[in-house]
Amino acid sequence: MSAEKIKVNLKVNGEDVTYTINPEDTLLKALRANYNYDVKCGCEIGECGTCTVLLDGDAVKSCVTLAAACEGHEVWTDKGLGENDKLAARLQDAFVECGSVQCGFCIPGFIVAGVGYLKNIGNPDRKMIRNYVSGNLCRCTGYQKIIDAIEKVALEMERGEI
Amino acid sequence: MGAMNTKVIEAEYDYVKPASLDEALDILAEKENVKIYAGGTDLLVKLKMGADLGMDIMMDINGIEDLYGVDKTADGGLRIGAAEKIWNLETNADVIAMYPILSEAMHLMASVSVRNMATIGGNFCNASPVADTVGPCMCYGACVELKSKKGVRTVDATEFFLKPGVTVMEADEILTAIILPAPEENTGAAFTKMARVRPDIAKVSISCVIKRDGDAIKDCRMAMGSVAPKPLFLGDISAELAGKKMSAALIEETAQKVHDFVKPIGDHGTTAEYRKEMAHLIAKEILEKAWENSGGELA
Ligand SMILES: Cc1cc2nc3c(=O)[nH]c(=O)nc-3n(C[C@H](O)[C@H](O)[C@H](O)COP(=O)(O)OP(=O)(O)OC[C@H]3O[C@@H](n4cnc5c(N)ncnc54)[C@H](O)[C@@H]3O)c2cc1C
Ligand code: FES
Ligand code: FES
Repeated sequence: MSAEKIKVNLKVNGEDVTYTINPEDTLLKALRANYNYDVKCGCEIGECGTCTVLLDGDAVKSCVTLAAACEGHEVWTDKGLGENDKLAARLQDAFVECGSVQCGFCIPGFIVAGVGYLKNIGNPDRKMIRNYVSGNLCRCTGYQKIIDAIEKVALEMERGEI
Repeated sequence: MGAMNTKVIEAEYDYVKPASLDEALDILAEKENVKIYAGGTDLLVKLKMGADLGMDIMMDINGIEDLYGVDKTADGGLRIGAAEKIWNLETNADVIAMYPILSEAMHLMASVSVRNMATIGGNFCNASPVADTVGPCMCYGACVELKSKKGVRTVDATEFFLKPGVTVMEADEILTAIILPAPEENTGAAFTKMARVRPDIAKVSISCVIKRDGDAIKDCRMAMGSVAPKPLFLGDISAELAGKKMSAALIEETAQKVHDFVKPIGDHGTTAEYRKEMAHLIAKEILEKAWENSGGELA
């Protein structure tokens, strides 16, 4: 059986888009095929988290999300968040201030997961932060400084500074 | 290494998204080689690893209203829609209050970004021996509800699984809900999972629910993950405990029985020997903990 191409309408980084995809394409593939190169491709089987995006506000792994199933849904990536969302932009800065970035490959995924945490939970609780980002792997930093950055912004939120 | 991650899904298939349960059941009745897509966290990984699932049509069940909801049943239990996401369930106040180890097991599954997609129905239907939601459900006495054009039937969770990836479900059926009976007084539960790091796939896991009657066991149910070709309900060993007075000696004796009974295999996760030793250790641990949680004291 030869599968037909299909069109999927979704909102990516605030913009309505229509992607032409194969039924077997993942959201990761569809995003990168449409120039969203800030969404990185690592393990491709849901383990590493570098492909993390927000789907309707929840952090998900775009490599194990079917593009076709995103019809009518809203997707935000690291870049789009940084350009449009104050909290996300603040978290990106905090990563720099805390020295959370080395090679950088895992960072877009960590920023998105961190934004997911701050928006959905938000407590400045290191254990909860760790649990929330446990689906993201980093081979360089040793994680501490990444947790520091998310905690820093959570503390700012608690103090009402952001 | 076994299967290679090709990163490209080799299989070609059509994608359909029915708007209602009736429409989904029609598709299953009329078409061949239909596979259900729920969260996709097992299905897409399998496809990327090159598994031949014999799928011509992928049917997306997301958004079908009848498959959602966490509702109290007439007898005081809970009916959980099959397409409910793990994250929504582990944070659901009723699930936490009524079935604490189900929530706990979910909390230890994968990572939040997987649990935001993964469904409880998918965890059951994928029928892996490691499936973390299954043991707690078996111990709480859950049933699964299966629907097709022909009607609806319920199957005890302990009888749902046949072998890896295979259940009693027919090709034209959908798992629509997990139904849990009302929790009873003086009940204690415990869950433990041994993994490299906590959110990993279990090397071995165990669940236990004990109903207490004074210093005796009224009823006990234990289940294990990753020690058999399917999620393993320890029906006979658990049943032998009914009516007995709880003691450290009884716990030790039971843990030894669990150890002797299980026949795990070795794989990339760990060795058979490790699984067998751990079975003894964690059986002891959860019996003690479940008893304590039921309000019982150990002499
Ligand atoms: C990185 C990673 C880590 C993981 N860690 C764990 C873990 O620690 N513990 C664990 O238990 N699992 C783990 N998993 C496996 C997986 O996330 C779970 O089994 C999940 O619950 C599957 O649900 P799903 O909705 O994604 O299933 P899908 O992939 O959509 O479906 C799985 C199977 O079930 C069938 N199916 C789904 N819903 C229905 C239905 N309603 N009726 C009939 N058939 C249906 C599908 O056709 C398919 O065969 C992990 C997965 C990944 C990618
Ligand atoms: S690329 Fe998606 S989790 Fe690794
Ligand atoms: S900074 Fe290199 S992988 Fe995280």
